[in-house]
Amino acid sequence: MLRLAALAAGLLLATPAAAVMPDEMLADPAQESRARTISKDLRCVVCQNQSIDDSDAPLAKDLRLLVREQITLGKTDAQVRDYVVARYGNFVLLKPPVEGDTLLLWVGPFAVLILGGIGVLLWQRRRPASAADTPLSDVERAELDRLS
Amino acid sequence: MLAEIGHYALILALLVAMAQAVLPMLGAVRGDAALMAFGRSAAACQAVLIAIAFGALMTLFGQADFSVALVANHSAISQPLPYRLAATWGNHEGSMLLWVLVLSLYGAGIARFGDNLRTTLQARVLSVQAMISVAFLAFALFTSNPFARLSPAPLDGAELNPLLQDPGLVFHPPLLYLGYVGFSVTFSFAVAALLEGRADPAWARWMRPWVLAAWVPLTIGITLGSFWAYYELGWGGWWFWDPVENASFMPWLLGTALLHSAIVTEKRGSLAGWTILLAILAFSLSLIGTFLVRSGILTSVHAFAVDPERGVFILAMIIGATGTALALFALRAPQMKSGALFGSISREAGLTMNNLLLMALTAVVFLGTFYPVIMEAVAPANKISVGPPYYNLVFVPLSVPLLLLVTVGPMLAWKRDDLAIVGKKLLVPAAITAVLLAGLTAWTGLANAVAALGLALGGWLILGAVLVLVRRWWGAGGFSWRLVRTTPAASIGLALAHAGLGFTTAGIAAMTTFAAENILVMRPGETAVAGPLSVTLRDAQEVDGANYRALRARFTVQQGGRETTLVSERRFYNNSRNQTTEAGIGVSVLGNQYVAIGDVQSDARGQGLVVRLYWHPLVGWIWFGGLLMALGGAASLSDRRFRIGAPQQRSLPLAPGLVPAE
Amino acid sequence: MKRLIFILPIIGFVGLAGFLGYGLTQDPKELPSQLIDRPLPEFALPGIADAPNGGPGLVSASFKGEPRLLNVWASWCAACPQEHPVLERIAAEGFPVYGIAWKDKPEDSRAFLARYGNPYSGMGSDFPGRTAIDLGVTGAPETFVVDKKGRVRFKQIGPISPEIWEGQIKPLMQQLRAEA
Repeated sequence: MLRLAALAAGLLLATPAAAVMPDEMLADPAQESRARTISKDLRCVVCQNQSIDDSDAPLAKDLRLLVREQITLGKTDAQVRDYVVARYGNFVLLKPPVEGDTLLLWVGPFAVLILGGIGVLLWQRRRPASAADTPLSDVERAELDRLS
Repeated sequence: MLAEIGHYALILALLVAMAQAVLPMLGAVRGDAALMAFGRSAAACQAVLIAIAFGALMTLFGQADFSVALVANHSAISQPLPYRLAATWGNHEGSMLLWVLVLSLYGAGIARFGDNLRTTLQARVLSVQAMISVAFLAFALFTSNPFARLSPAPLDGAELNPLLQDPGLVFHPPLLYLGYVGFSVTFSFAVAALLEGRADPAWARWMRPWVLAAWVPLTIGITLGSFWAYYELGWGGWWFWDPVENASFMPWLLGTALLHSAIVTEKRGSLAGWTILLAILAFSLSLIGTFLVRSGILTSVHAFAVDPERGVFILAMIIGATGTALALFALRAPQMKSGALFGSISREAGLTMNNLLLMALTAVVFLGTFYPVIMEAVAPANKISVGPPYYNLVFVPLSVPLLLLVTVGPMLAWKRDDLAIVGKKLLVPAAITAVLLAGLTAWTGLANAVAALGLALGGWLILGAVLVLVRRWWGAGGFSWRLVRTTPAASIGLALAHAGLGFTTAGIAAMTTFAAENILVMRPGETAVAGPLSVTLRDAQEVDGANYRALRARFTVQQGGRETTLVSERRFYNNSRNQTTEAGIGVSVLGNQYVAIGDVQSDARGQGLVVRLYWHPLVGWIWFGGLLMALGGAASLSDRRFRIGAPQQRSLPLAPGLVPAE
Repeated sequence: MKRLIFILPIIGFVGLAGFLGYGLTQDPKELPSQLIDRPLPEFALPGIADAPNGGPGLVSASFKGEPRLLNVWASWCAACPQEHPVLERIAAEGFPVYGIAWKDKPEDSRAFLARYGNPYSGMGSDFPGRTAIDLGVTGAPETFVVDKKGRVRFKQIGPISPEIWEGQIKPLMQQLRAEA
């Protein structure tokens, strides 16, 4: 989105040519569809924030071919991913593995929700009875009226 | 000469901003009306000066004055005039100038339309606003001077990236800036409230139109950017979870939360501290977004012109602004009066839940965007990436309860409501949605249950939005035109915005699951299938454009007995030697037909053109919904009670309890 | 306790600012090698000579007995001519440099070496780019330091400058020579 603003900052965008070419594709539609799914989860290491499925960089093409080659060799999806990770590290996975290091990433948002919920409940409970129901004061009401 | 005038105006603006940062604040502390009045004049003066600078730069671009380095680097004579003018903000320096222009216009707005503000509050808001101005003007002048000269001047300039030669560019960045910078106003309001030690309902009402004034253009800007990416980037994606997109999405999520929490503060005096915190964070995330784009700390689809020096400067600004505001928050907020209590089933409780869920969603985007940076510091050997699969897994489950809540919220009564009564109100929409869900699941198959759920949720939202108006128009005595006429604009805004969210949800659900594609080599006369489409390549030929040559292919697309012609081009720009793809898109309510051509390639049957065919069901709903949300915001903004600066029509003061509640 | 909640935002922000500041000093494009302290992946590459199968090539098994540099380069790579004098100097100082011409036509590689000189003790051609992937290469030039046992000990991303050679790689090579 900000895509434009970023470009606006005087930047060059990779040629927006599409990536997967017909001559790369596997004849078997089931295998090809597996390859596409795997490719969408693998990051192109030179263009950095695109999947190899989206990128037209030469290295991305090499990796797409590699993924397809591994599939035709009978490897499972997990084996193909591991093959690439062994060479480039977890960096190539657009979905980072759930490990000790990445725990906060995966549970953080849910923790925000749960801790926030607990916080709201406590806040509701803690309020002293005297403040139980203070409607808008007359001064506040008058000021609001002046605005309407 | 013009460049020097612009440069000089910018320096003067900096001096004015410096005075404006100090004097009105002093006036508010001392109760000196003259000093406070100075703030209003200074804000107007600053806006005029920056407008002069911006006008000068734009004229320089219009005249193609290549003795100015910026003009020489970002425009060429062969470019059409509108795009040369748009190039004013199509680069780092110019866009920073646009940023300060928008900032100063908002400042002038507070001065001009803030007549009914408490004068001390207005003075403080203007001072805080000027402090932000000082920082950005200094940034523009000292690290990114747009008026630097180039000697000797070249005969022609370097062309703007052809991807940017598009109407999208003309409007997208200014709209985003209106949004980002708009949150500077709410930030200033929050800091001023902390300084005054008061955040009461009147404060919330003053601030709310400014929240809307930022949120509406931000919504349009994001929608437009998504649309632009879809039709220009050539592969039909509409959202990439790119750091640069996330940078605009986070302030939007927080701005949406702020919009809702401010209602509670205004109506009931509650959640004031929370509203202040949200106002601070929304602007902080806008600043951090700028930092992301300009510092190169994260990589994105765009190859950034990495400049750590600018990054350091912006980081210092963020630390100065957000750090000070949050420190003030820690000091002052605990002492502020907390408003009325509310039951666990009430409008307030619903809005609190809304805020919690929006915070959780913001946390998803925030962690996804910054976790790689954090990992780099904590575990440098284990670099990670966070991409679309992560967001889909975490964002979607958290957004479902929020979407469910959107229809429930407006049906809740303020203060305290009864579960049985709410249940009765919800019976009809819930039943219709359940039938819709069952029908959709039966039709699309159990494997697509998630998409069916998304579509049904869309229906649930649209239904809920319609019900808001229906329940208002059908009073105890049946339908009445009087009730229609007296419907507050804010209620209509609510209905439009919630319905818009429904359309967007349905569009996303359909697009994610039912989109079809076919990538292949085609020769003229051949026909291929993509989902419900049957596409024939008619011919392909070379054509000449204004400053490019193109390969143009024409297609005939058949769908359900209807035939359309689509044209796709691959353009080669002579000057910059760039290539772009112009996709052919057939638009309808049900979805878009999308064809894009690539290079020449061979397959088993010989040489042909690489062709990408797509069927994008309901994709237009995504942007239609976005625009509807913005329209809803605009409708709310037009509400009489917000008409900032309008002559105050004070008839009889409303009796307590008669204040219309929505 | 109540105050703590109000202090939480600023604490969180200070943490974030720290990370952002640290992030500014890092290059997000640099990818740490997965090969450090692991054996060089197996390869057997043809040469680049104008002969059947490119003449003598490069085999991973030959990386034994002495520490070596393995330089991944290409004639199309913009930074390679800039790095080239440093490689010549390294070779002149008696440290063996081997090369892999990555995604480069042998005739282009030959032309490059004819023009800039040939510091390499041995050269393999990786036109398909598969060996480069096994090495985790993301761009050219990249240089691996391989020890006597054929294990990768260090990877330089981008060109070797005279400073990097003197300050980092040369001391490492000397240390590796001293190792058993």
